Amino acid sequence: MDLSPLWLSVKVAVISTVIVFVLGVFLAHLLAKRQFFGKSIVESLFLLPLVLPPTVVGFGLLILFGKKGWIGSWLLETFDIQVVFTWTAAVIASVVVSFPLMYQSASAAFDSLDNKLGDAARTMGATEWRVFRTITFPLAWPGLLAGLVLSFARGLGEFGATLMLAGYIPGKTDTIPMAIYFAVEAGKMEKASFWVIIITALGFSTILWLNWWSRRNLRRFASQKR
Amino acid sequence: MSRLRIGILMAVLVVLLAGCSNHQKGTEGSGTDPTEKVELHISAAASLTDALDDFKKTFEKEHENIELTFMYGGSGKLATSIDNGAPADVFLSASKKDMDTLEDKGLLDAGTRTDFTKNALVLIANEDSDSAVTSFDEINPSAFDHFVIGEPDSVPAGRYTKEVLEHLKLWGPLQDKLVLASDVRQVLTQVELGNADYGVVYSSDAFISDKVKVLAESDSSWHEPIVYPGAVLKDSEHTEEAQVFFDALQGEQGQEALAKYGFK
Repeated sequence: MDLSPLWLSVKVAVISTVIVFVLGVFLAHLLAKRQFFGKSIVESLFLLPLVLPPTVVGFGLLILFGKKGWIGSWLLETFDIQVVFTWTAAVIASVVVSFPLMYQSASAAFDSLDNKLGDAARTMGATEWRVFRTITFPLAWPGLLAGLVLSFARGLGEFGATLMLAGYIPGKTDTIPMAIYFAVEAGKMEKASFWVIIITALGFSTILWLNWWSRRNLRRFASQKR
Repeated sequence: MSRLRIGILMAVLVVLLAGCSNHQKGTEGSGTDPTEKVELHISAAASLTDALDDFKKTFEKEHENIELTFMYGGSGKLATSIDNGAPADVFLSASKKDMDTLEDKGLLDAGTRTDFTKNALVLIANEDSDSAVTSFDEINPSAFDHFVIGEPDSVPAGRYTKEVLEHLKLWGPLQDKLVLASDVRQVLTQVELGNADYGVVYSSDAFISDKVKVLAESDSSWHEPIVYPGAVLKDSEHTEEAQVFFDALQGEQGQEALAKYGFK
């Protein structure tokens, strides 16, 4: 059995999760505790990929990143890079669909923090970066981790938009969901079952680990309080 | 509290029942057939989409008691879903192989299988392409980046394309240029959007798009004949109406609708 879909899926999910984590934490932190006109519109836009059908997301990405698309044509002319039909396209699709999960978790985590801790540090002359690094981030970590794991799981399972943007090129853009889809279509049930078991195990252990971890930390948190 | 809930439930039921009886009265009053309207589920190859949507209009006008619901997809996928119990009355396949699969499993209504139309393969490029290729054997794999075809194991158009490319000894050289699509409409979309340099689709698909140009038509001797077999399915609850539909598709109006969209 050719295991390339496994490595590709993991590679795509890991890279996309890193991007989504940085982007999600940055934007959520930027918008947390800040009120401005149109904030809810901006946040709704961020969450849109979560509710749109994958085909719509895929179509939108094709319009943006296709050879003749707004971003795609610019990339092609300036850097001679074609995104469509590469594994980078799979990363882009993953980032877009898993971003809402990260953003939502991160902004909930930041919103629930107590402002006074940061303010106290500031009165003692701490820079914003230091406040973020030593207070905000560690306190928000459980929430951020939940977002991180969910984004990873979502990225791992991404299919619809990926198929449209990355195409199906065996050995190059065939992630596990893609391998499953084409195996089922071709009636190769054994191959499909193999990958179904692999991806179920991956997804299940990810969620299981998250639950175990958060429960352990909640307990520790509770005992510290006492 | 629970009495209130039961009351609401009753009210909902009454409304639903009233809706049902109204509906029946409606069809009795206007229809030519006193029985209930029959909804036929037709699993059809994606390449037939436009021709069938067109035919649906004329057919439903003439058969007021039949309502057609199409389920379009790759023939391989449709065959798999029918095999797994998806409800369908008629299967219109773009490939002999997928129909054979269902026939071998005894899922067809015996004696109803007929080839109802034909198609050809064409090489397409984006309308803005400056390619000078005018036949399949002029394809030069080192001169471009992406060649999209249907996935050969599940998309019949892809399988025929593979046969053509193998016949022309291009299958090997093209390996690292191939992008596989989940159905033939995806091939068309990627060429329309200019993402792929070339694609191979049915002539009927190229026919409906004004964003691609046809560079060449494949010789029918390079691949197994592209016939579209159709059949009424054994598990259908409306075999009679299903046969009426399938006969009409093979009749003058059906063939006309198919010809209008590039079928042969």
